Amino acid sequence: MKGSVGPVLAILAVLVAVWYAAAVPMNVKEVLTQAERDGAVIEPGSAAERRDVGRWALVFSNVENLGATWSSERSRLPAPHQVVAELWKSTWVEETTGRRGIVRSGSLSNRSLVYHGGVTLGATALGFVIGALAGVLLAVGIVYSRVMDMSVMPWAIISQTIPIVALAPMIIVVLYSIGLPGLFAKAVISAYLSFFPVVVGMVKGLRAPDHMQLDLMRTYSASKSDTFWKLRLPASVPYLFASLKIGIAASLVGAIVGELPVQRGGLGARMLGGSYYGQTEQIWAALFVAALMAAFLVWFIGWLERRTLRAMGVQA
Amino acid sequence: MKCVTARSLDLTFQTNDGPVHALKDVNLEIGKGEFVSFIGPSGCGKTTFLRCIAGLEQPTGGEISVNGMTPDAARKARAYGYVFQAAGLYPWRTIGGNIKLPLEIMGFSKAEQNARVTRVLELVDLAGFEKKFPWQLSGGMQQRASIARALAFDADILLMDEPFGALDEIVRDHLNEQLLALWARTEKTIGFVTHSIPEAVYLSTKIVVMSPRPGRITDVIDSPLPKERPLDIRDSPEFIEIAHRVRDGLRAGHIDE
Amino acid sequence: MTLVIAALVIWAAAWALNVRLAARGQGLLVPLIFGLTIIVVWQLLVRGLGVDKVILPAPTEVAVTFWENLPILWADFVQTILKGALGGYIMGVIAALVVAVLVDRYGFLQRGLMPIANFMAALPIVGVAPIMVMWFGFDWQSKAAVVVIMVFFPMLVNTVAGLADTTAMQRDLMRTYGASYLQTLFRLRLPAALPFIFNGLKIAATLSLVGAIVAEFFGSPTVGLGFRINASLGQLSLDMVWAVIVVAALAGSLFYGLLTLAERALTFWHPSQRSQRH
Repeated sequence: MKGSVGPVLAILAVLVAVWYAAAVPMNVKEVLTQAERDGAVIEPGSAAERRDVGRWALVFSNVENLGATWSSERSRLPAPHQVVAELWKSTWVEETTGRRGIVRSGSLSNRSLVYHGGVTLGATALGFVIGALAGVLLAVGIVYSRVMDMSVMPWAIISQTIPIVALAPMIIVVLYSIGLPGLFAKAVISAYLSFFPVVVGMVKGLRAPDHMQLDLMRTYSASKSDTFWKLRLPASVPYLFASLKIGIAASLVGAIVGELPVQRGGLGARMLGGSYYGQTEQIWAALFVAALMAAFLVWFIGWLERRTLRAMGVQA
Repeated sequence: MKCVTARSLDLTFQTNDGPVHALKDVNLEIGKGEFVSFIGPSGCGKTTFLRCIAGLEQPTGGEISVNGMTPDAARKARAYGYVFQAAGLYPWRTIGGNIKLPLEIMGFSKAEQNARVTRVLELVDLAGFEKKFPWQLSGGMQQRASIARALAFDADILLMDEPFGALDEIVRDHLNEQLLALWARTEKTIGFVTHSIPEAVYLSTKIVVMSPRPGRITDVIDSPLPKERPLDIRDSPEFIEIAHRVRDGLRAGHIDE
Repeated sequence: MTLVIAALVIWAAAWALNVRLAARGQGLLVPLIFGLTIIVVWQLLVRGLGVDKVILPAPTEVAVTFWENLPILWADFVQTILKGALGGYIMGVIAALVVAVLVDRYGFLQRGLMPIANFMAALPIVGVAPIMVMWFGFDWQSKAAVVVIMVFFPMLVNTVAGLADTTAMQRDLMRTYGASYLQTLFRLRLPAALPFIFNGLKIAATLSLVGAIVAEFFGSPTVGLGFRINASLGQLSLDMVWAVIVVAALAGSLFYGLLTLAERALTFWHPSQRSQRH
């Protein structure tokens, strides 16, 4: 991917420009209503009439009153710099100067994205580790037991085709009602979302050695465990990491969705809260933190993959 | 009338390890109706030269003309059909569909397409396989179908880049025989890249011996063998003599290094 | 207690039966028996241990609820699956195919857009749901919008990889025919890309259901699978929640199954499909 830095930056610049341009018509109605209240002359003259006019028409007939579309408090689409400002405000500023911030109170503020991001990250990580370990174990069972293979594998594959995340709210509510802590309930969802991709990928990986390689092990009279540790497991590593990347992204989605039914912190709760109270900037900021977290988690798995492969002597 | 004329043709590839002289000062004329083989070790530029004729590579120096035109113009005038090392048939099309591919692109009518498919399949002895898919055929049959595909639009020149290289000896002998019969019937000009000495001698009216670093022509041998060539001609003294000369040419190219 | 013991006995018996059948290579029967056993054991354990209905309803209760509420569930299916998921799926897939062809054509987009698309494909895009609900309202349009964004990137990444999956020889062949760009696109690149396109379509199918259901958690009219889950949880009627999950599972399997059939019909020539038919 050498030589793609320039084009990527160019495309990103275009996206930001489109974002700014879109913010004008998206926010025009609210901004004009506010401007009218402040005494400006708006064309057409009442909010009721404006409701029936297209956004672009409003933009062109009120060019001099558009200033606030990039700075409005309650915008439908906040401009990029507003989102960045919100991000800054709800992380660094909140923690260093806020009444509940870590500097003044000694613990992370429950109004800061550092805290909510941490809540989500904890559930994601715990669930992912459980789900991945269980997935690898089941895959080993499937590869070595014909009954398990034939009984479980078709269901594991079918489970990939159905939206199992629909179970999330129910699991949360049930686990809450029997008194399990929220972190654990969310981790359960993260775990089962990452579980199935890991099972399917790992089974594929453990079966990756071809007949010739397996026959070679047989000519050495290798035991089952020798074949597993010296052939199947090393051969499965690339498949394992590919499915771990899918699994950790799914774990994060699971944790976020798991935070929706019971509002006790986390990025999902921030998004839903922002949606209730019309705080668009809050939604966008939470979304950006979730995106950064996903990018970091996938990068982290990729980093582990590169290190592991290098340790195994593969030219990555 | 010369079919292909190359004058002091040069082609240099720029690579990370410095320039590679794929072709240097290549001069050659191919007459209409000739069967010309290019033979030499890998890296001698025989495939590159064939690709220059086809306009798939741009020479960096010298001149090359095909039927009195530039290779690009000749390609657009459908002057040649090209047969690659592998059959390269599209797996999602039937044998008939594959042969129709160039005809569709060149805008032949549906009726004409069907007539031509039937005709060229007979030429390569594959009549009746029109509705089969490539992966249902053996390697030799696939390669014959790819020759039929190159014949379908009636180009005067057939360029073949080691077309039988991946096939086993028995199939290869059989296809060589068929190719000669086809050449006799259609009177096409054929450029044929190979690294097998018996194949080159058996098929050609002219054998071009090439050697590498830089890629160049070291010998051009006009074959005295008759046009009618049964397989056992390979045991005749004339055949063996030409084969010797080709081998000497190839060896000379190596000693140069 | 007898029911619990019965559950354990049935589990052991079914497993023993499966061991036998597996040794004889009964392909379809083994997973069916396994699935059935789980349901039977679930039923017996719930009854035997007297599990509260608001924790885990018995399969029979779910089945009865499913049957009695068919009209409601059908309306939810139409709202969420047919309007939200399928509507967004079609729009997103078409958009991705068009952009993929442009990316394949222009190296600048290839270098500039694809790193971003690969990055986006890994993100929890379902998080845009609250924004889309704000922009497009509570009805299915906002769900379709979420689905469009969710399916776009995996579809784009797969299609671009497919369009690039031609050999130098195949491209040279088209050049020797003097084929135009469009001729090469329709006769070589798109057919060659089909296996990749179907891979993308299958990934996108599951994502579209996830997107449409989760987006309803952020606001919906009083119909739809996501709404029904939330509302039934509020009333602690878990049998209804399970019935909705059955609908979602059936919809997902059906969607995926149809795509698999189409894939077999259109990419029968690909080695991965040929090996399955012997």
